[in-house]
Amino acid sequence: MRYLPLTPEDRSAMLNTIGAASVDDFYQDVPQSARLDGQIHGLPDHQGELAVERHMARLAAKNTTASDGPFFVGAGAYKHHVPASVDMIIQRSEFLTTYTPYQPEIAQGTLQTLFEFQTQVAEMTAMDVANASMYDGSTACAEAAVMACRVTRRKKVVLSGGLHPHYAAATRLLCEAQGIEVIELPPAIDGELELAKHVDDATACIIGQSPNVFGTVTDLSPVADAAHDKKALLVSVFTEAVSLGLVTPPGEMGADIAVGEGQSIGNPLTFGGPYVGLFACTQKLVRQMPGRLCGETVDADGERGFVLTLSTREQHIRRDKATSNICTNSGLCALAFTSHMTLLGGAGFEQLAQLNHETACDLADALEAVPGVKILTPRFFNEFAFETPVDAEAVLAMLEERGVLGGVRASRLVPDGDMGNVIIAAATECTTQDDIAAYAAALKEVI
Amino acid sequence: MGMQTIGRPTTPVAVAGSNGGTISGSKGLQQREDLIFEVGALDKTGVDLPTPKGRKDRLGGVARKTDVALPGLSEPEAVRHYVRLSQKNYAIDLGLFPLGSCTMKHNPRLNEKAARMAGFADIHPMQPQRTVQGALELIDELATWLKTLTGMPAVAMSPKAGAHGELCGMLAIRQALIARGEAATRKRVLVPASAHGTNPATAIQCGFIVDEIKADARGRVDMDDLKAKLETTDDIAGIMLTNPNTCGLFETDMKDIADLIHEAGGYFYCDGANFNAIVGRVRPGDLGVDAMHINLHKTFSTPHGGGGPGSGPTVLSEALAPFAPVPYVIKDEDGFHLVEDIEGEAANAFGRMVAFHGQMGMFVRALTYMLSHGADGLKQVAEDAVLNANYIQARMKDIMTPAFDGYCMHEALFSDAFAAEGVETIDIAKALIDEGYHPMTMYFPLVVHGAMLVEPTETESKQELDRFCDALTGVANKAAAGDPSLKGAPYFAPKKRLDETQAARKPILKWTPPVPEAIAAE
Amino acid sequence: MSTYFTEDHEWITVDGETGTIGITTYAAEQLGDVVFVEVPETGASFGKGDDMAVVESVKAASDVYAPVAGEITEGNEALADAPETVNEDPEGKGWFCKLKLSDKAELEGLMDAAAYKSYCEGL
Repeated sequence: MRYLPLTPEDRSAMLNTIGAASVDDFYQDVPQSARLDGQIHGLPDHQGELAVERHMARLAAKNTTASDGPFFVGAGAYKHHVPASVDMIIQRSEFLTTYTPYQPEIAQGTLQTLFEFQTQVAEMTAMDVANASMYDGSTACAEAAVMACRVTRRKKVVLSGGLHPHYAAATRLLCEAQGIEVIELPPAIDGELELAKHVDDATACIIGQSPNVFGTVTDLSPVADAAHDKKALLVSVFTEAVSLGLVTPPGEMGADIAVGEGQSIGNPLTFGGPYVGLFACTQKLVRQMPGRLCGETVDADGERGFVLTLSTREQHIRRDKATSNICTNSGLCALAFTSHMTLLGGAGFEQLAQLNHETACDLADALEAVPGVKILTPRFFNEFAFETPVDAEAVLAMLEERGVLGGVRASRLVPDGDMGNVIIAAATECTTQDDIAAYAAALKEVI
Repeated sequence: MGMQTIGRPTTPVAVAGSNGGTISGSKGLQQREDLIFEVGALDKTGVDLPTPKGRKDRLGGVARKTDVALPGLSEPEAVRHYVRLSQKNYAIDLGLFPLGSCTMKHNPRLNEKAARMAGFADIHPMQPQRTVQGALELIDELATWLKTLTGMPAVAMSPKAGAHGELCGMLAIRQALIARGEAATRKRVLVPASAHGTNPATAIQCGFIVDEIKADARGRVDMDDLKAKLETTDDIAGIMLTNPNTCGLFETDMKDIADLIHEAGGYFYCDGANFNAIVGRVRPGDLGVDAMHINLHKTFSTPHGGGGPGSGPTVLSEALAPFAPVPYVIKDEDGFHLVEDIEGEAANAFGRMVAFHGQMGMFVRALTYMLSHGADGLKQVAEDAVLNANYIQARMKDIMTPAFDGYCMHEALFSDAFAAEGVETIDIAKALIDEGYHPMTMYFPLVVHGAMLVEPTETESKQELDRFCDALTGVANKAAAGDPSLKGAPYFAPKKRLDETQAARKPILKWTPPVPEAIAAE
Repeated sequence: MSTYFTEDHEWITVDGETGTIGITTYAAEQLGDVVFVEVPETGASFGKGDDMAVVESVKAASDVYAPVAGEITEGNEALADAPETVNEDPEGKGWFCKLKLSDKAELEGLMDAAAYKSYCEGL
């Protein structure tokens, strides 16, 4: 076995040192009836690299990739270009094969990148502080809801009809387990401002999204004001982090907590995970934040260094009084995010956002020109919903036959939303003018 | 002779005194590296993008008002920044990383290669299912391995990490209690004092009440205390127990505990963080477990990445399987399908935990690892992991103080009793850094004073273990002798001991631009 | 004015109907460097033994229990910016909160300084 260094001679010498007859001695505490004789049936024996690689390649080949043809699938995960150096950086052994930086003297590499990550996320979201990442956007959203309840000592949250349905589901699940009431507004393409009407003295937070799951961008400032009037919090959500380079960010709208998905920056699609949840808030709320935080300090020589801090919020110390049970986060995905952001810089990031927007504008122009197509999203960043006269599932299947992955049918996300003919389509910097033309031509054929 | 006298000296010369510091702040191969905010520039970039046309006509004026004031770096600068920073980290690839309960084993590079295949890395979670049959097949294949290795009938694949898997298991228990109409009364969850902090935190997140059970003198669940806690049973939701436990010991009374909990009407959650010790030798399903998460980043070698991403698929018993969260993969004559909605066969699902389908990138790595080892190799993994831990315990038992008698499983636990007055566990840990090792887990589990939990894993050779034990022996002898130099350790790390008090009292959580002197003077 | 102590290392100095509450010198030493204190809000009411405040060192967070029942009249806001005061002067400037006692009879179960001193010596 290529991953196991012990030789038979080593094993017998070690058993000798220990004074054990065989490894079976170590398992003497296992009840007899639960000990396995021989090996587990139904699973193959070990294989060499070549055989395993062939097996995996065979499975991989059965999938159509986002680079195989014109590709417009979004709705919470986005196909973006990742610079080659990002993947090289995250494959550095010292980043890839290390643990959570609990021994800061020998983890300054990880810690400094987390400090840089926190600074970048705070700046991008225009919030005061950001943590060192969450699992993904949906779990960050759920954590934000329960954090708002802790802060306000209230037990009701209101979700907009444009919140990504998976985010709403994850949030509802965690809240209901804790006895928190969840009000979900009906699905709406342009309904974020409705939230303002649903805040009362019992509301802990209202959760809005911009761009929302249908792509609509909204200035949530009026919603923030309505929330603050009732001493409730605004949680502002995004699933497309690149939008922060062009669209009004949470901090400029008065959000108290900003959460979102960071996959778009530095991280490949990978069928939905691992991704990186972004979590930022105002200074006032920092001690109620979930997850890890990295802070600046000095060492015994007075030199600047970084440590994990405010850890008494966390489960390994606070146990049943922790702000969250989160332990592992998304360290390596956060490294991919921060290194991609470092390559982009603020100016490059804004440029990337602009390119995304205008590519989507070009796509909307081209699709709108197809007879029968109606763009439903009034204001968007790089994604929008549109309607055709034909059932969306059938349209997407026919597009797929023509080599175009045309988006997500809204009914897959909102089964009860009466949106059978609605498709959500995204364009990014990876989308070419040829892709757009191919989409429009194929759509014209099928509807 | 034609004497050639030009050339360099080849014998080092002894110089009195040491070089206290350098002009650059670097120390040879340890390069000083400032924050990107101090070395980058606002108008610099390491990415060449097309020039935008500038159209914003469909944005509706919802535009960012302030610039994103973040510096950029060119590619050579960025690469150097991160490589220099990387060299301030310890890693498994550098040496033994005996962090107990974390299972820091070698991360095979074939796993990384497979995860980067375009057919896995470049597929979207919301693509039509016809176009991702290979991905769904992979999830199904991994699920089969996990169910077979644990002897459990069902597995929820979507949890994002171990603690998230705990949440999954406890939410399944909650849903089962709801289905029985007993959720309002059955609120009490028993958790041993030695448990990972995530266990009580998870129980609370699910709306349960935590009731702590004592450990006995053998480091196991105190059965008398357990029975006392079960004198009333109508409020019992279940128990959360780690096995092998956090003292590195197998819970001898596991089956009795399961029976007692089941008789009380509760469910048995097993924390599977330490599955590495028993994979291929013991199936948790044979022990009466109802739910258990499996840290793919521990037992199945997906990289820890400096704190994630993890992956925590959670196996479920027959009793809990109907309540498994969506989505999950099923197979029929047409191929593989995702069950995404809470209806039909998933009508009893407790909900959805996350966007999309779980940590696919980790699934690829874990399956690659499993196929590489096979059933025979995985059994050897457990045996070698346990052998290595017992070897360390045997070599150290007369020098340090083993917390409990007898053999351990995959990790050896010591208390600080052998150390002289004034020497603490942290001093021993920091001294190990100077010896070139990552310290063991310290001050955990809480049930042992000054705990030191050493988990070598199976991917260490005997030579490496001997070198480590030699170093640990030297440090332990210093600790026993009360050597005051330990207090200053580490001496040879990139940083000296860091002031965590200052960090917590006056938190600085992001870089802020220095105030220009002219303004500061006002 | 007299000062009383609890087995959980809180002190309360009573002046008329109002008590000033903090943690003892012994407790402050055991906790190590205090980095954060969460004091109760004015107007909050607590029963005897309720969690009323939190004191955090780098490695531990501890609940502070109400030594007697009552309503908070003032929290020590200065601790937010200077948590180290709890280490420097735990039984003086490092007080946590003032509370209007609901039932002065509850003081009878508490220790005086001498009893607390011998209690600590026995720990």
